[in-house]
Amino acid sequence: MAKKLMKGCEAIAEAAIQAGCRFFFGYPITPQNDIPEYMSVRLPEVGGCFLQAESELAAINMVYGAAGAGARVMTSSSSPGISLKMEGISYIAGAELPCVIVNVMRGGPGLGSIQASQGDYFQATKGGGHGDYHAVVYAPSSVQESIDLMQNAFDVADEYRTPVMILADGILGQMMEPVEIRPAAQKKEFHKDWATTGFDPQKSARPRAVVNSLYIEIEELEELNNRLQQRYREIEQKEARAELYHTEGAEFILCAYGTVARICKTAIALLEQQGVKVGLVRPVTLWPFPSQALFDAVGAPSVRGALCVEMSAGQLLEDVRLAVKNEREVFFLGYPGSRVPAAEEIAGKILQLKGGC
Amino acid sequence: MAVVFEKTPVLTDTVMHYCPGCGHGIVHRLIAEAIGELGLEDKAVGIAPVGCAVFAYRYFNIDMQEAAHGRAPAVATGVKRVLGPESCVFTYQGDGDLASIGAGEIVHAAHRGEKITVFFLNNAIYGMTGGQMAPTTLLGQKTTTSPYGRDKEHSGSPLRMSEMLATIDGAAYIERVALNTNANIVRAKRAVKKAFETQMAGKGFSMVEILSTCPTNWGMSPAEAMDWVESDMIPYYPLGVLKEV
Amino acid sequence: MANVIIQEELCKGCGLCVRACPQRIMRLSKTKLNSKGYHPSEVGDPAKCTACASCARTCPDVAIRVER
Repeated sequence: MAKKLMKGCEAIAEAAIQAGCRFFFGYPITPQNDIPEYMSVRLPEVGGCFLQAESELAAINMVYGAAGAGARVMTSSSSPGISLKMEGISYIAGAELPCVIVNVMRGGPGLGSIQASQGDYFQATKGGGHGDYHAVVYAPSSVQESIDLMQNAFDVADEYRTPVMILADGILGQMMEPVEIRPAAQKKEFHKDWATTGFDPQKSARPRAVVNSLYIEIEELEELNNRLQQRYREIEQKEARAELYHTEGAEFILCAYGTVARICKTAIALLEQQGVKVGLVRPVTLWPFPSQALFDAVGAPSVRGALCVEMSAGQLLEDVRLAVKNEREVFFLGYPGSRVPAAEEIAGKILQLKGGC
Repeated sequence: MAVVFEKTPVLTDTVMHYCPGCGHGIVHRLIAEAIGELGLEDKAVGIAPVGCAVFAYRYFNIDMQEAAHGRAPAVATGVKRVLGPESCVFTYQGDGDLASIGAGEIVHAAHRGEKITVFFLNNAIYGMTGGQMAPTTLLGQKTTTSPYGRDKEHSGSPLRMSEMLATIDGAAYIERVALNTNANIVRAKRAVKKAFETQMAGKGFSMVEILSTCPTNWGMSPAEAMDWVESDMIPYYPLGVLKEV
Repeated sequence: MANVIIQEELCKGCGLCVRACPQRIMRLSKTKLNSKGYHPSEVGDPAKCTACASCARTCPDVAIRVER
């Protein structure tokens, strides 16, 4: 199949449509405007519905309604807009609804910058909204991977009845790469008898559907929470993903995701030239975090230490330390705001650690 | 014996939790009856608010969704866009839900001409949370957050939502009704039906504002509360059709 | 002949039916109490009932059924 040059944001949007998404509600915010713009053209072509909502907050509530009515639905935004959506995402999780939310991260906190960052890791993986819940979080590292993960995203959302987040960043969103939009190997069918599609007491084969996250009786709320937690344990067991890159016989293990992981791969090549073997564990799911893969890689006999690299002040770092436990020391190279690490800087840090250890 | 009046099957048998004399029960019944009479039971999806009517999903025998505070018009938009013109999607909102936190969402639903029906229960107060001032609280009215009476200089004059939304092109039908007399209840039922018919005919956004009571937080008996609607609310919120295309 | 059937257990004694009845024959019972502690309404003078159903239409708890 011929490859096509596509911008990250547009590829994400097209992949969603290929995955069966027919409803998009969103609001303009840099650097993800290409997603709603692309959707506004393509969705009518496939008989879907694009709506620019009055705010990110309204958009996530439209997603809630559409998901509750049984549709494959998506929204996208960037950091401050995602903050606005947090109440809605908590509601979606509590009401056990499926949907996909794309965050094309920009610098923060506050209005921040319009350039990439990785400052929303905590928000994405530790909840973000209130209450005990998780969204499944995917962190693509290339435009092709964004496309490939999109099918997963909608399937996982429907299978587990949970919100799924694609955590991209401004670089990924705006870069262009040659890609293939491969149709899904097997299209899964999901029977949503819990959706509010209309109820006839005489004829409906299912009970009356109520989409809701209010459980005023303590026992019932506990039951919901237990149900959610059980589901999250299942997701942790089955859906955690990581890429292991050059980890065999490595002296140091880098841990990074998204765009920063690509830069790490360049750093690894630079170090290779100098005879230093370094590997990378690249989480593909940030939640569930691939703790076991990281623990095993860092605990390998050849490894002297781990270096976490991210465009933030130290968010992924906490999960890395938790996963690695006492196996090795975890060092940190952080770039809060929007400054992009250079491969030479990462390589330099490794050489410094090598000299020091 | 012929039946003159009986409970519609579009209401469930769940006992309603509202205070004695609260208008919610009356309006729930009017909406349920209208759905039944128009044959829309299996087409209807209702969106419940946050407020005293937060459990509205227990009382209507149709598919329902519970929305976050103020966001019902946005949730309804999501539902209607998915289910399409055959569906009958309505929201049921109080004055805090619609006129305060939801002020943005309601304006934009009307602005888009969203083919949904909104039932706006205006009782000039926040009931569920214990009687605070609402955007619709009258000047001089005492509430737990306007203990000296609502003051225009301090917090503005009450908001007339129906008049405001009627200026928007996308609004196809807006009427304000009340429940304080038998005749008004009959008119309210007619307005509810007309609003649904507007939606099903694809004309645009429809809303019925219903002047209701909150005996508990007004500190009155239910009968006194109905009288207060006539003496104090109707003069400020006149009844009638504000928009009809 | 008109028959007004009030489900006493649903009645919250709000008195709206008393206010609404054009014949002024509805009243809250002085003697009965339902299990919630409310005095349910009752038809004081059934012979005068015209089955207009004003009581039923104003009842917020849909506790009244009217037959003719």
